[in-house]
Amino acid sequence: MKDSIKEIWVFGDYRNYFQNRVTLQLLSRATELAKMLQAKVCAVVFGDQVDEWVNEYIAHGADRVLVIDHPDLKNYKIETYVNLMIRLIGKQRPEIILVGATNFGREFAPRIAKRLKTGLSADCVDLDINDEGLLVQTAPSFGGNILAQIITPECKPQMATVRPGTFQEIPHNYERTGEIVRIPMPADLPKERVHLIFSERSPQRSQRIEEAKVVICGGRGMGSKKKFKKLTELGELMNAEIGATRPVVYANWIEADALIGQAGKHIKPKVLFAFGISGAIQHTAAINNAEFIIAVNKNPNAPMMAMADIAIVADANQVCTAMIKELKVRIRG
Amino acid sequence: MMKMLKLVTCIKQVPMVSELPWDPRTGTLKRNLADGMINPACRYALEAALILKNTYGAEITAITMGSDIAEEVLREAFAMGADRGILVSDPKMAGADTLATSLVLSRAVQTACADFDLILCGCHTSDSETAQVGPQMIEELDIPGVTYVDRLELDGRLLRLQRLSDNFIETLEMELPGLVTITTQRQAPRYVPLAGLQDAFTDKDISRLSLEDLDLDPELTGAKGSPTKIINVFSPTAEKDNIIMKGSARKIVQQLFDQFDDKIGGAIGKDIKDYQESQ
Ligand SMILES: Cc1cc2nc3c(=O)[nH]c(=O)nc-3n(C[C@H](O)[C@H](O)[C@H](O)COP(=O)(O)OP(=O)(O)OC[C@H]3O[C@@H](n4cnc5c(N)ncnc54)[C@H](O)[C@@H]3O)c2cc1C
Ligand SMILES: Nc1ncnc2c1ncn2[C@@H]1O[C@H](COP(=O)(O)O)[C@@H](O)[C@H]1O
Repeated sequence: MKDSIKEIWVFGDYRNYFQNRVTLQLLSRATELAKMLQAKVCAVVFGDQVDEWVNEYIAHGADRVLVIDHPDLKNYKIETYVNLMIRLIGKQRPEIILVGATNFGREFAPRIAKRLKTGLSADCVDLDINDEGLLVQTAPSFGGNILAQIITPECKPQMATVRPGTFQEIPHNYERTGEIVRIPMPADLPKERVHLIFSERSPQRSQRIEEAKVVICGGRGMGSKKKFKKLTELGELMNAEIGATRPVVYANWIEADALIGQAGKHIKPKVLFAFGISGAIQHTAAINNAEFIIAVNKNPNAPMMAMADIAIVADANQVCTAMIKELKVRIRG
Repeated sequence: MMKMLKLVTCIKQVPMVSELPWDPRTGTLKRNLADGMINPACRYALEAALILKNTYGAEITAITMGSDIAEEVLREAFAMGADRGILVSDPKMAGADTLATSLVLSRAVQTACADFDLILCGCHTSDSETAQVGPQMIEELDIPGVTYVDRLELDGRLLRLQRLSDNFIETLEMELPGLVTITTQRQAPRYVPLAGLQDAFTDKDISRLSLEDLDLDPELTGAKGSPTKIINVFSPTAEKDNIIMKGSARKIVQQLFDQFDDKIGGAIGKDIKDYQESQ
């Protein structure tokens, strides 16, 4: 075993822009946790010709990068990746492992945790270190408006997944240096039993909403599919993207990729409109970075109203219709 | 002749929280399901199993871990077309996190249906939404497995799967036996026929399994077998010192646009000042 400096590992998912962002966000939080723990931050990168990412992760805060660079790792292979990770962990014994809650991360992390018989908390909204030096994982719980603080006191590594957008990445600094550890691809890995036959980028899933300056979110309080569609009209007038809460998506008023929340997308618009949304934590966890929130709700005591800058106590449909009318008059030309 | 395909679905009973399912035709809430229902993704997993059964012929075993009332979801599974129901219930299992849950469920599968071909789980539950139990069962059973599956078809012992994963549409293949977790994107679950529901309460038996039946060390199950510990729960309060607007919708909107034209107009990139009034 190597020296006794503790390490916080971040799994480096770089496959496309947004997965890479979550890696950078995790590195950012990891550097803060590392200070509290007097630990080092280490990124783990598997793939084929990944130097670009190795350098980027150092520029964004990694003290060390463990790399396995091999043509066989060009595509993510779940069993191979799990086996490689387990071997690395066995040799290096990190204190903490953080994984982005992407689809791959949410398949990968539980399997690692299971092999190591350690704990894993999903979709954390915050991570901290307590007085005993344990990772405090804050995650939504019990299906309600409740956050739970979870620790893994007796097992190592302590593991958590985090949704994209939860933490802010630190700006890159290409002057930073870090140790790059190249590990050869082991020859004796068990054969992969899950075969990727074909993969293409999904055409329809746009990432626009994550980047949008104005987002209009609608909730169950909009009343019906027909009334919900009014928001689209308003959205066009405002160059806004439309988001939705889970009941709305379940009721099929809008496509599933409009879901905003713990189980959907994180957004950070300059202006956010929330129409008929109660403000459950699973939803609001993903809108914490909105700069200015305008909420419309019949119920002045809805949690959504408390976190809004402007709380409009009124019928969401009437306000939506009035806004459309008023904007048509005001926007000249 | 090939042996009959053996499918296992793991279904969980979840509380209704604030989200009742909607009837897509009438747009109304299905309030009769308010107490405890099959977790939506598990229902899709069951539907995927039923489609395989219709196409290739299969025996479906539905397994749930929970308290006595979780028996209800097995009855519902019978009514939809499941053949066997297994209730795994033991007070010592309470407080399990996903590590312990995946161990118990895997052991239950091995006990009740050792020669399974395919296990179908939901991709996540609506009450905890960890989405961890499926992948952890894959590890526990040491079988190939794929999560977040939308479509599946069988070609002999080869299972071909499609899924949308992180902006990639993937086609994957694996040999049976294996495990898949099913999303709520594709094949909407069938309605439960009323007659079927009645039969399900009278005709079919549910087998119960306890920890002893599973030959499991109690130290590895329930809260004891769970490495994660909850140390604190709180409800987040994000009270802002905000502006409250009331009155007629028209008045509110005018006031909003007049007072915040910089903020809103700036963000939408359009001038929303009311020139008629200011001129
Ligand atoms: C594990 C888990 C994960 C989840 N993930 C997500 C997620 O990612 N995203 C998400 O959104 N949810 C998620 N949820 C669901 C979440 O808990 C809430 O149930 C959901 O966000 C509520 O949606 P809502 O605000 O639209 O509906 P409701 O809670 O029903 O609120 C409707 C609101 O509309 C108001 N209203 C009613 N009529 C009117 C009217 N005419 N005019 C104005 N206001 C009106 C009501 O006062 C109420 O406040 C998750 C839940 C769980 C358990
Ligand atoms: N108590 C349980 N009984 C049966 N199946 C379960 C149980 N808990 C989880 N599962 C299965 O695991 C899936 C994912 O659950 P989770 O990891 O809790 O989100 C569910 O959709 C079920 O298929």
